[in-house]
Amino acid sequence: MSKQIQVSGLDAYYGSHKAIEDVSMTIEPRSVTAFIGPSGCGKSTFLRTLNRMHEVIPGARVEGKVLLDGEDLYSSDIEPVSVRRAIGMVFQRPNPFPTMSIYENVAAGLKLNGRVSKSETDGIVEESLKGANLWNEIKDRLNKPGAGLSGGQQQRLCIARAIAVKPQVLLMDEPCSALDPISTLAIEDLMTKLKDEYTIVIVTHNMQQAARVSDRTAFFNLAAQGQPGKVVEMDDTSRMFTNPSQKATEDYITGRFG
Amino acid sequence: MTTPVRTRGGGPATRRAASRRSSGEGPFRFASTGAGVVLLGVMAAIAVFLISEAIPALQANKGNFFTELIWEPNGSQVFGIAALAFGTVLSSALALVIATPIAVGVALFISHYAPRRLAGPLGYLVDLLAAVPSVIYGLWGLVFLVPFLKTPSVWLNEHLGWFPLFGGEGVIGGKTMLAGAIVLAIMILPIIAAISREVFLQAPKINEEAALALGATRWEMIRMAVLPFGRPGVISAAMLGLGRAMGETIAVALIFPATFDLSFQILTPHANSIAANIANGFGEATPIGRGALIASGLVLFVITLLVNMGARMVIARRKEYARAAA
Amino acid sequence: MSAIQRISTGRRIKDRVVQGLVYLAFALAVVPLISVLWLVIQNGLARFDLEFLTHSMRGIGARDAGGGAYHAIIGTLEQVLLASVIAVPIGVLTAIYLVEYGTGGRLSRTISFFVDVMTGVPSIVAGLFIFAFWILFLGIPFSGFAGALALSILMMPTVVRSAEEMLRLVPNDLREASYALGVPKWRTILKVVLPTALTGIITGVMLAIARVAGETAPLLLTVFFTDSINNDPFNGPQMGLPLYVFDQAARPNDTAIDRAWAGALTLILIVMLLNLVARLIAWWRSPSRAR
Repeated sequence: MSKQIQVSGLDAYYGSHKAIEDVSMTIEPRSVTAFIGPSGCGKSTFLRTLNRMHEVIPGARVEGKVLLDGEDLYSSDIEPVSVRRAIGMVFQRPNPFPTMSIYENVAAGLKLNGRVSKSETDGIVEESLKGANLWNEIKDRLNKPGAGLSGGQQQRLCIARAIAVKPQVLLMDEPCSALDPISTLAIEDLMTKLKDEYTIVIVTHNMQQAARVSDRTAFFNLAAQGQPGKVVEMDDTSRMFTNPSQKATEDYITGRFG
Repeated sequence: MTTPVRTRGGGPATRRAASRRSSGEGPFRFASTGAGVVLLGVMAAIAVFLISEAIPALQANKGNFFTELIWEPNGSQVFGIAALAFGTVLSSALALVIATPIAVGVALFISHYAPRRLAGPLGYLVDLLAAVPSVIYGLWGLVFLVPFLKTPSVWLNEHLGWFPLFGGEGVIGGKTMLAGAIVLAIMILPIIAAISREVFLQAPKINEEAALALGATRWEMIRMAVLPFGRPGVISAAMLGLGRAMGETIAVALIFPATFDLSFQILTPHANSIAANIANGFGEATPIGRGALIASGLVLFVITLLVNMGARMVIARRKEYARAAA
Repeated sequence: MSAIQRISTGRRIKDRVVQGLVYLAFALAVVPLISVLWLVIQNGLARFDLEFLTHSMRGIGARDAGGGAYHAIIGTLEQVLLASVIAVPIGVLTAIYLVEYGTGGRLSRTISFFVDVMTGVPSIVAGLFIFAFWILFLGIPFSGFAGALALSILMMPTVVRSAEEMLRLVPNDLREASYALGVPKWRTILKVVLPTALTGIITGVMLAIARVAGETAPLLLTVFFTDSINNDPFNGPQMGLPLYVFDQAARPNDTAIDRAWAGALTLILIVMLLNLVARLIAWWRSPSRAR
C-alpha cells in the first residue's frame, strides 16, 4: 500500500523559466514528509512533479528522475494518468465536484476503472469517509451536494475521494490554508492516522503544522529572486526545528524572513 | 482628501443635490433612460403593428388559419399556417440535431484540445462562419450543396429507406428539406460553439485538476468536471441556435421548393418554412396576401420569442447556480 | 507487482476515439467555411470587374451579359449608414442607462431582458414590422430609409450589449476620482467613462454594422427592388447588395448566377473588411486581453 519515493536531479520548468533545480531526496513510506519554505520557492511545483500534475500546465516540463519503489514515473512507457492513479493529491482549496453528491464525489475515482458493483462501491465509500473522519457527520446526507458542506468538511471529502482509489502515496498541497483552526486540527489528526497506511507528503506555510504532523521536513529556498528554488536542507523534523545545520533554515524557522 | 469628497460630491445625497443644479444632468439622464424606453417601445410596436395589419387578412380568410395546409391568400383566400409552421419546426430541429454535437466538439476542441497558441486563431476561424451573410450560404447551398447531396441522398434512400425520414419515392436529390437543414446547421453552428466554448472555459480549473489527480484521462476529466458544469450553457446555446434557425430566411428561401404539405421525407422535394414563404411570396402578394404574410410573421415572432425567452431563463438559472457554487 | 498499473485498453481507446471525434468536429465546421470562401472567390472573380462595380442593371435582362451592382453597393452603403445613425445613439445611450443610471431597478431589468430577447428577433420579422408600420400604417412608400429602419432594429441589441460590456470594464475608481473633483455625473460619463470605453464600443459597432450589411430579408420587404441607380435613400425603391445577390441567384441563367457570385464576393469583402478592422482595433487596444 505504501511506497518509497526517490527523487534525483530533478529540474522543473514553466516554459523557459526554471522553477526548481537539482532536487534530490528520498521520501519514506508510512511517514509524513513536510515541505516548508517561503512563497514562490517551488515547494508546490515540486509536489506536483511527484504525480505528474506539473505538466498539466501548458509549457511546463520536468527533467530528472522520480522513482516509486524503483520505477521511474517519467520513463517513456509510463502514462501520466496511471501515475496519478497511484499517487493521489489533495489541493489547497477544497474542490469537490459541484454537480455531484457527497457519495458520487467519493465514488468518482472508483468509477473510472469501471465494473465495481454497487455494494462494493457502497463499502468503499463508507470506508473512505470513515478513513477521512467524516462518516459520522454526513452519513445521513450522502445524496446531498458536496458543495453544501463546510470548508473543513469539503476538504475531508476531498481526502476521502483521494483515498477511495487506494493510492500508494498521498500528496497534500497546503491542505489547511483555506480552513479555520478547528478544521485544521481535524485534518492534522487525520494525517497522523493516515500515515499508518500511506506515504504522505504535505506542503505547508505553517511551521507549527510541519512540526506537529511531520516526521521529516525539507526546507526549500531561492538563491535569489528569479533564481530557481532548491532544497536547502532535509532532515528529521525534530532535529530540523531544534538544531538546523544551515543558517538559512534557522532564519526561516525562527521567523527572521519569509 | 476626504473633505472635498464629502462637500463636493462624494456622498450620494450631496452628489444628487449638486447634479440637480448642473444644467446637463437632467437632459442627459432623460436621454439615456428614454433610449432604453424606445427599445422597449420598439418591441411592443412590433407586436402591435404585426397584429393590427394581420387582422384584415385573417378576417378575409376562408379557411382555418391554424390547421389549413394551403396558402392561397391571393386567389381563393384560403390560407393556413400548419404546413409552414411544420416545415419551420422540422427544418430547425434537424439543423439543431446536426449542429449541436459538432458545435460541442468544436467548443471542446478550442477549450481543451487545441494547442493553446492555436486556440485563439482557430476559434476566430469558427466565428468567421457567423460573419458570412446568409444570402451567400443560400447561393452556396443552391449551386454547390444541392448537387453535392444527390449521391448521398440516393444512397440513403436505397439503403435506409425504411427509416421514415429517408423514405419516399423518386429521390433524386435536389432542393430538399435535408439541404436546407444542413445550411441552417452551418449557420447556427458558430453561435452554439461560441457560447459552449465560453462555458467550457469557465469550468473551474480546480475541479479539472481534481479529476486529473484521481487518474482520469482527458475525456474522463471533461465528463467529470467540464460537461456537467457546462450543460445548462450548452442547452441555452442550442435553444438560441434553434431560434436563429427558425427565423433564418434568405438561405432557405433559395433552397426550399416552396411546397405546402406535411412531409417527414427529408430527401424528397417537400420543404418550406414561414420565413422562406414570406420572402418568396411577398413580391406577388395582393393586400390580403401581404396581410396573410404578416400574420405568419406574427406566428414566427411569437415562436422565436418563446424559444429565446426559454433560453434566457436557462442561462439565468445557470448564473444563480454558478454564484451558489462559487 | 508493479506500483503503477497501466490504464485499461478500453479507457485508452475511448480517450483516443473522443479526441478523434473532437478533431473531426472542428474539421467538419471549417470545411463549409473554406468551401464557401473558395467558391465565392473562384466564381466571383469571373465578373468582378470595373463594369460590375460602376454600372447598374438598368436595361439589362437576366440573360444579357454585363451589368453591375453599382446601384446595390450605393444602396447598401446608404442604408447601413442611416441604420447606424439611428441605432448607435439609441444603443449606446441605452447601455449608459443600464450601466450608469438604472442600477438593478425594475425598468433596467426589463430593458436588459428585452435587449436579450430582441437579439433573437428574426430579421424577416424586423422587415415585416417596418413594412406593417411604415409602409402600410403610415402609408410611406418603399425607400432605402425604410430598409435602414429595419436594419437599425437588428443593430440596436448588438450595440447595447457590446457597449454595456465595455462600460462595465471601466474601473469604478475612474468614476469616483472624477466625482471627487466635483464633476457631475453626466460630465463624468461624457468626459471620462465614454472616452475610456470608446475603442471597445467602436469595435462592437463595427461588428454590428458587418452583421446588418449582409442582411437580405428586411430589405426585401422595405426597399423593394430596382435595377436603376437611386442615390436618394428617402425617395423611391433602392437596391441593396445582399438583395442583389438574392435577386440574381434566383434567376436560372448563367449570366445572372455569375453576377450573383460577383455580388457575393463584393459583399463578403465588405463584411470581412469590417470584421477585420473591428478585430484589429480590439487587438490593438488590448494586446494583453487577446486570447
